Amino acid sequence: MTAPLEEFLRARRAEGRRLLVPYVTAGIAPGWTDVVRAYADAGADAVELGFPFSDPMLDGVTIQEASDRAIAAGATVRGILREVAALDVAVPLVAMTYSNLVFQRSGAEFCAELRASGVGGLIVPDLPLEEVGELADAAAAEGVDLVLLAAPSSSRARLREVAERSRGFVYALTRMGTTGERGEVPEAAARLGRDLKELTDRPVLFGFGVSNPAQAADLAGHADGVVVASALMRRLLDGAGAGELGEYVASIRRVLDQGARWAVHPATAPSPTT
Amino acid sequence: MGEMSWSGRRGVALPARAMSDPGVTGRFGGYGGRYVPESLIPACHEIEAAFREAWEDPEFRNRLDTLLTVYAGRPTPLTPAWRLSQELGITLLLKREDLTHTGSHKINNVVGQALLAHRMGKRRLLAETGAGQHGVATATAAALLGLEATVFMGERDIERQELNVLRMNVLGAEVVPVTTGSRTLKDACNEAMRHWVSSVDDSYYCIGTVMGPHPYPWMVREFQRVIGDEARVQCAAALPVGVPDYVVACIGGGSNAAGTFAGFVDTTARLVGVEAEGGAAATFGRAGVLHGFRSLVLQDDDGQVKEAHSIAAGLDYPGIGPEHAHLRDGGRARYVTVNDDEVVRALRCLARTEGILPALESSHALAWVIRAAKSGEIPAGSTVMMTLSGRGDKDIASIREML
Repeated sequence: MTAPLEEFLRARRAEGRRLLVPYVTAGIAPGWTDVVRAYADAGADAVELGFPFSDPMLDGVTIQEASDRAIAAGATVRGILREVAALDVAVPLVAMTYSNLVFQRSGAEFCAELRASGVGGLIVPDLPLEEVGELADAAAAEGVDLVLLAAPSSSRARLREVAERSRGFVYALTRMGTTGERGEVPEAAARLGRDLKELTDRPVLFGFGVSNPAQAADLAGHADGVVVASALMRRLLDGAGAGELGEYVASIRRVLDQGARWAVHPATAPSPTT
Repeated sequence: MGEMSWSGRRGVALPARAMSDPGVTGRFGGYGGRYVPESLIPACHEIEAAFREAWEDPEFRNRLDTLLTVYAGRPTPLTPAWRLSQELGITLLLKREDLTHTGSHKINNVVGQALLAHRMGKRRLLAETGAGQHGVATATAAALLGLEATVFMGERDIERQELNVLRMNVLGAEVVPVTTGSRTLKDACNEAMRHWVSSVDDSYYCIGTVMGPHPYPWMVREFQRVIGDEARVQCAAALPVGVPDYVVACIGGGSNAAGTFAGFVDTTARLVGVEAEGGAAATFGRAGVLHGFRSLVLQDDDGQVKEAHSIAAGLDYPGIGPEHAHLRDGGRARYVTVNDDEVVRALRCLARTEGILPALESSHALAWVIRAAKSGEIPAGSTVMMTLSGRGDKDIASIREML
């Protein structure tokens, strides 16, 4: 059993560390839990576990393919949770899945099962503020941090409410669009990061389109850290194993740490890599 | 349409609010809502506000009525099925949506939404399509109003509905093949939503049925209620008692049925929705969340959404509009199923007794009427108003082997 998500992330941030949350589609292949361990060993601050859904509305082609593969391989919520319960990693685990899986029985039951398996956070991308009430109460009762999303299109009033009601961290979308690797960091992301940091001292992490270490560092500079998903899943789909994925996470970790040192000690910082 | 008489309306024993405005939360009982990513919330708010304003604006209503009349060919007739009625021992009246421009009820909704998009200053319509009927209707309305159209269609449906793809191309629409998931309608919906998220500033998502996040299920029902409103007035004139005993429509997502039921929900008419056996979410579905709304959904024990299968591509949708789920739970409407064989027999029957070739989708409603009249479930002497949602020309090739 790991520490509660938000407490853990806040403690890490207090050390001057940029937060890194890599993602894996749970059940994508036998031994997928090795990927979680590899991430943790490579310096992840939490690991996001995607519970595959047949109709992932907010995911681009890479995560769609990963989800289809996991479902075809027989992945189920219960099966995944059994494997997760047997995992012993030193960082918090965050589940990411869609409303239909969460509300199969009830939000309360889903959160209880997460908690029992040692999962400390939950992200439901198709559950906006309007619909989040019941699940937010259930998650709080179970001690699961329900992470809410903020978008470049969100009004200031909505950002404030997201920042207040989110637990664990605030998941800031870098762009209007789906998950997937993209070229440059949009201006909208920098603005969103700035707005959220003004509104809350809860950790703010960017996700969607974080494609390489340099970009991760750039984005992390506008908030507290990043979630990296498609860049890892594309490598996995192309045949990369846990070791290789861990090395890639470690490479992001190194660049983030340089960025963090630069931010904390500008006078002694190495030149930022490009 | 001019002033019409409402004579013959009988006493009503129903909640006054049945099929009314679902309010800001977009709830129909426990169904509906707005289960979309935060990124799409402002767009949903914008569309809801624009629709509320337009729907109250006599100028907008006037433009819509004019287009429905001089362009889409409304009002559509209510045709007695003379010979089939005699054979079945009932009075069967057909609401002829097959006679509209583009050949199905889909035009009612797209003309409304395209006008709204135009009023909102959007440049482009996005749409999903299964059989291609909604795609063709959207391409048509886009051409009419000088908008661009991008239509998402499953790769497998593109193969099955080659002619409709060609029609959309000729009308100037871009057809985007969807190659993920089951490569059919539900995946086209996902892809349209994904595209909408990234182009929400200048694009309007023109959803083809009573599904999606609030305000779509309500808005699409309101744009389709012209079917039920016309039919009610026509029934009042045609029937001695004014209101039919049964009002029947086929259901995929449920837009022609929603529009039809809206005109009769506050009458004594029994409302019956007919689903394809292989896509019967109201019959075999469980509560779930798909494509932005909560409703009854065909899904496995773990919550993975199943693919729907029927001979009518337009009914191959694994969910059902949230208002239908609510009408079912409250017992105001009944939902039944028919199989592919009955449907093809019904199609052939109507073609031969009335000289009307119905779409396979509409033939589902007819198949149930025939079965229920023969079994006595619809008692002899009853009056039945059935919406014939579209024409069957598009289906000739696919039923060739079955005839």
